[in-house]
Amino acid sequence: MKEKKTKKSTVILYIILTLWSLTTIVPLAWSVMNSFKDKKAIYNNSFSLPIGHLFSLDNYRNIFENYDILKAYRNSFIISGAVAILVILLAGMAAYIMTRYNFRGKRVLSILLYAGMMFPVYSTIIPVMRMQSSWGIVNTEHVGLNLLSVILPQVAGNMSFAIIVLSNYFESVPMELEEAAYIEGCGMFRNYFNVVVPLSKSSFATVGIFAFLWSYNDLFTQMFFLRTKDNWAITILLNNIASKEGVNYGALFSSVTLIVVPVLLVYIALQKYIIKGMTAGAVKG
Amino acid sequence: MNAKIYQNKKYIVFFLIPAFLFMLVYLYVPFITNIMNSFKNIKYLASPSDVWQKPFFENYVKMLHDPKIAIALKNTGIMILATIIGEVGIAIILALLVSNVKKGADFYRITFFFPIVISATALALLFNLVFLYDKGMVNQFLQFIGYLDKESNELIDWKTVHPLFTMMLPIIWQYVGFYFVIILTAISGISNEYYEAAALDGASKFQQAWYVTLPLIRNSIATCAVLAVTGALKVFDLPWTMFVNGMSNTWLTGTYMYSKVQTDVDYASAIAVGIVVLGALLSVVANIIFKRKSDYEI
Repeated sequence: MKEKKTKKSTVILYIILTLWSLTTIVPLAWSVMNSFKDKKAIYNNSFSLPIGHLFSLDNYRNIFENYDILKAYRNSFIISGAVAILVILLAGMAAYIMTRYNFRGKRVLSILLYAGMMFPVYSTIIPVMRMQSSWGIVNTEHVGLNLLSVILPQVAGNMSFAIIVLSNYFESVPMELEEAAYIEGCGMFRNYFNVVVPLSKSSFATVGIFAFLWSYNDLFTQMFFLRTKDNWAITILLNNIASKEGVNYGALFSSVTLIVVPVLLVYIALQKYIIKGMTAGAVKG
Repeated sequence: MNAKIYQNKKYIVFFLIPAFLFMLVYLYVPFITNIMNSFKNIKYLASPSDVWQKPFFENYVKMLHDPKIAIALKNTGIMILATIIGEVGIAIILALLVSNVKKGADFYRITFFFPIVISATALALLFNLVFLYDKGMVNQFLQFIGYLDKESNELIDWKTVHPLFTMMLPIIWQYVGFYFVIILTAISGISNEYYEAAALDGASKFQQAWYVTLPLIRNSIATCAVLAVTGALKVFDLPWTMFVNGMSNTWLTGTYMYSKVQTDVDYASAIAVGIVVLGALLSVVANIIFKRKSDYEI
C-alpha cells in the first residue's frame, strides 16, 4: 500500500516537472516549425509539421534578401568575441594581484569592485555616450570604430563580475606551484601566464562564455552606438525586424529561429560552463 | 599568507591598471557625471552641460509630477511583486521537486535554464507570436480546450486587453530557471544527516521540505529575492521590442528612461539616478525582510 502511494506521488512530480520543461521547449519548437511554412500554412496549420506541401523556404529567402543577417552575425561575433577576450585577459590579471598580493589601497579597490556591480547601465550610458562622441568613435564611417564604441563599455560592464569570480577561483589554486616556479626563476608575469592560467582554464571559460552571451544578448548598449544598417548586430537587427515586419508572421518566425538556434546549439554543447557562469556571481555573493 | 615571492610588488600596477582604468573611465566617472547631469540643463546628447537647472533639483520635481513616471513606477512595482512570487516562488517549488527525483535532474536543469541564454529581444518576438490575436499559440490552445468558442472564432487580443500580463509573463518565465539553479545548488549542499534525522522522527517528504530544507536555504532565497528586485528595475530589452511600435500603459522605469534620452537628456539622467536610488533602497528592504532569521540553526 505504502509502496504504491510513493509511486503515485513520483509520477505527479515528474508530470509537473515535465510540464514546465514543455513550456520552454514548445514555443521554440512551434516557432521553428512555422518558420518553414508559408503564410497560408501558418494560418491554417500552425501546429502541424512542415512536411510535404506545407514545407517552404520562402520566409528564409525573404529574410536573407531584405536583411543582411550575415553581416549582423559577423558584427555580433566581433563585438562579443572582443568583449570576452578583453574581459578574460584584463580581469584575470587584476584578479591574480587581488588574491595574491597585499598592497596599499587594496581595500579601496575591492570596495570599488563590488560597487562596480551595482551600477545599472542606465546610470552611466549618457555620459559614456557623450564621452565617446567627443573621442570621435561614435557614428563614424568606419564600422570598426563603431563596433569599438560598443565593445569598450561592455568590457567595463563585465569587469567587476569577472574579477570577483576569477578571484574566488584563484584562491583555490595552491600557491606551492607558484613558489616552485619562483625558485626556478619565474617572475610574476611568467608565474601568472605559465602556471596559474593553465590551471584555471575552466573558470576562464565560464567567465568568457558569460561575457560573450551577455554582450551578444544586450540590446540597450547597441541602441545607443549602432545607428546605421552596416553596423547592426544581431539583437538590434531583430528589433528592427520586429518593427517592420509586424504582420509578416513567416518572417518573424524565421528570424527568431535564425537567432535562437545557434545559441541553442552552443548552449547544449557547453551547458555545464554556461549554467555555472551565469549563476556564479549569485551563488558566491 | 604572503610568501616571499609575493613581496616584490614592482610590477603589480601593470596587472591592475588596465582593468581598473576601464572601470574608472566607463563606470565610476560616468556614474558621478550622470548625477551632476541630472541637475543641469542639456539640450542634446552631444551639447555641452554647463548650465544648471533653476532650481537645481528641477528635474526631480518634474519627476514627481510626471504621470508617466507614476505609471512606470506602478508597473515596476507590480513587476517586482510578480517576479518575487512568480520567479522565485516557482523556482523554489521546482527545485524542491527536482531534488526529490533520481533520474532526469540534468534534463530538467538544462531545459529550465535554457530561456536565459536567449536574448530578450528574440523572446519578445517569439512571445508576440505566441500571444498573437489571430492564430497565436495561446488563443489556438484556448480554442482547442474549449475555453474560447471555436465556432464563432472567439479570440482574446492579449496585447491590448492584458498588456501587463503579456509583457511580464515572458520575463518571469525566462528567469525561473536562473533562480531554480541557485536554489537547487543550495539544496544539494544540505547534509543528508538532517533528512535522515527528520525521517527517523517520522517527518513526511512535505514536512522535510518545509521544516528542514526551506529554513536551511533561507539565505539563498534572500539572494534570489534581492536579485529579482534589482533585476526587475533593469528590464528593458523585452518590453522595448515587444511594444516596439509604441507603449501606452506599459512603461517601466528603464523603457521610460530610454524614451527620454533623445528629447530630454538631463531628465533621462535624473530618471537613471532614480532607478539607482530605488534599486539600492529595495535591495536593503529585501535583505531585511528575507534575511532577518539568517542565523537560524537547527
